[in-house]
Amino acid sequence: MITISRRQILISGIFLWVFAVAGTSLVALTEYSTRESIIENERQVLLRNLHALLPSDKLDNDIVADTLELPSSTLLGTDTVSIVYRARLGGEPVAAIFNSIAPNGYNGKLHLLVGVYSSGKLAGVRVIKHAETPGLGDAVEIRKSPWIKSFDGKSLTNPGRSGWRVKRDGGEFDQFTGATITPRAVIAAVRNTLLYYQQNADMIFN
Amino acid sequence: MTNKREITQNGLWGNNVALVQLLGLCPLLAVTSTAVNGIGLGIATLITLVLSNTIVSLIRGFVRKEVRLPVFVLIIASLVTIIELSMQALFYELYLVLGIFIPLIVTNCAIIGRAEGFASRNAVGPAALDGLMMGLGFLLVLALLGALREIIGFGTLFANADLMFGEGAQMLTIEFNEDYPGFLLAVLPPGAFFGLAILIVAKNWLDARPQEKQETIEPVPGTV
Repeated sequence: MITISRRQILISGIFLWVFAVAGTSLVALTEYSTRESIIENERQVLLRNLHALLPSDKLDNDIVADTLELPSSTLLGTDTVSIVYRARLGGEPVAAIFNSIAPNGYNGKLHLLVGVYSSGKLAGVRVIKHAETPGLGDAVEIRKSPWIKSFDGKSLTNPGRSGWRVKRDGGEFDQFTGATITPRAVIAAVRNTLLYYQQNADMIFN
Repeated sequence: MTNKREITQNGLWGNNVALVQLLGLCPLLAVTSTAVNGIGLGIATLITLVLSNTIVSLIRGFVRKEVRLPVFVLIIASLVTIIELSMQALFYELYLVLGIFIPLIVTNCAIIGRAEGFASRNAVGPAALDGLMMGLGFLLVLALLGALREIIGFGTLFANADLMFGEGAQMLTIEFNEDYPGFLLAVLPPGAFFGLAILIVAKNWLDARPQEKQETIEPVPGTV
C-alpha cells in the first residue's frame, strides 16, 4: 500500500527546502546588487519626464526631492495620496508638477503629469501611463502625436470654460480621428488639475 | 534524441514551441504587436530556457521524482525574477515596455515542458542545446509574428529598435508609407490569433509540400 517510506519523505522535504533557500538567496542577492541602479534608473526617467515639462534652466532646486504628499482629491482624480513636485528658482516658487489621473478614458485610467506655473499657466502635460487603443487613443502619447503639446501655455482663462472641450463639443482642442473619449478625458483632467491648483496654491508652496 | 542535428531541427522547426507544441501562447499573443517587443521577450525566454535546462540537467541525478516538479518551478521562478531585476538595472527603457510580460515567462509551459521532457533525462550539453534551439525557435516565431503585425498594423518595421539596441539602432526602423492609415485589427489581440494561424498554416503547407513530390526535397530546418 504505502510505497514511500518516512525516510524518503524526509529526504524529499529537505531537498525541497534546500532548493527553496538556494533560490530565494539568489533572488535576494540579485535584488541587493541591482537595487541602486534600479532606483537610479527610475529617478532618471522621472527627471526626464519632469524636465520635459520644465526646462532645467528655469529651476535650481532638486525637484525630485522637493515633493509634497497631497490627499486624495476628485479634482486630481486620485483616490490615494499623490505626489506633487515643486520647482523653485532662488527659493521662489516657479511651478508645481502634479500626478493627476483622468479616470474616464476609453480603457480605464490615464496617468498624467501636469505642470502648472505659479501664475496658473500650464507648463505642459504628459501622459505617463495608459491603456488606450493602439493607433487611436494612444495619440495622447508624445511619441505618437504632438497633440498633448496643445495644452502648453493654456490656463483657466485661456480658453474660458466653454473652450476646454474637443472641437466636436464646441471647444478649442482637436479630437483624433475615431477617438473622442480619450481626448475628452484628458482635457477634463487637465482643467480639473488647474482648478485644484487655483484652490490650493498657497498650501502647495508652503 | 540526443544528436545535435536532430535537437536543432526539432527546436527550430519539427517540434517548434509556438507552431507545433502550441506552448507559451499567452506571452506570444500578448507582446507581438511589434517586432522589437517580440524579439525582446524572445531573448528573455531564450535565456531562461537555456539556464533552466542546464540547471535541471545538472541536478537530474539526485532530484527525487516526487518533488521534481516543485523544484523545477522554483528554479524557473528564481531565474525569471533574476532576469527581471537585471533587465530593470541594465535595460530600463525596454523593461518599461516589456516589464509586465517578463513575469509571464514563468507561466510559459514550454520552459517546464522542456525541463521535464528533455533536460531531466539528458546530459548537460544536449540539454543546453535543446534550450537554445527551442528558445531560438520561439524567438523566431515571436519576431516573425511581431513583424507581420507591425507591418500590417502600423506600416512600420523595427519601430523603437533603439529601446533595445541603443540610439544607433534608430536607423533600423523602416517606415513603408508616411500616410499609412494603420490596420487596427492586426494590432489588437485578435490580430495575434490570426497572425499565429497564418504562420501555422504556412508551416504545415511547407511541411506537406515535399511529401507530394515523393520526398525529393528534404525540409531544411530554420528556413522561415
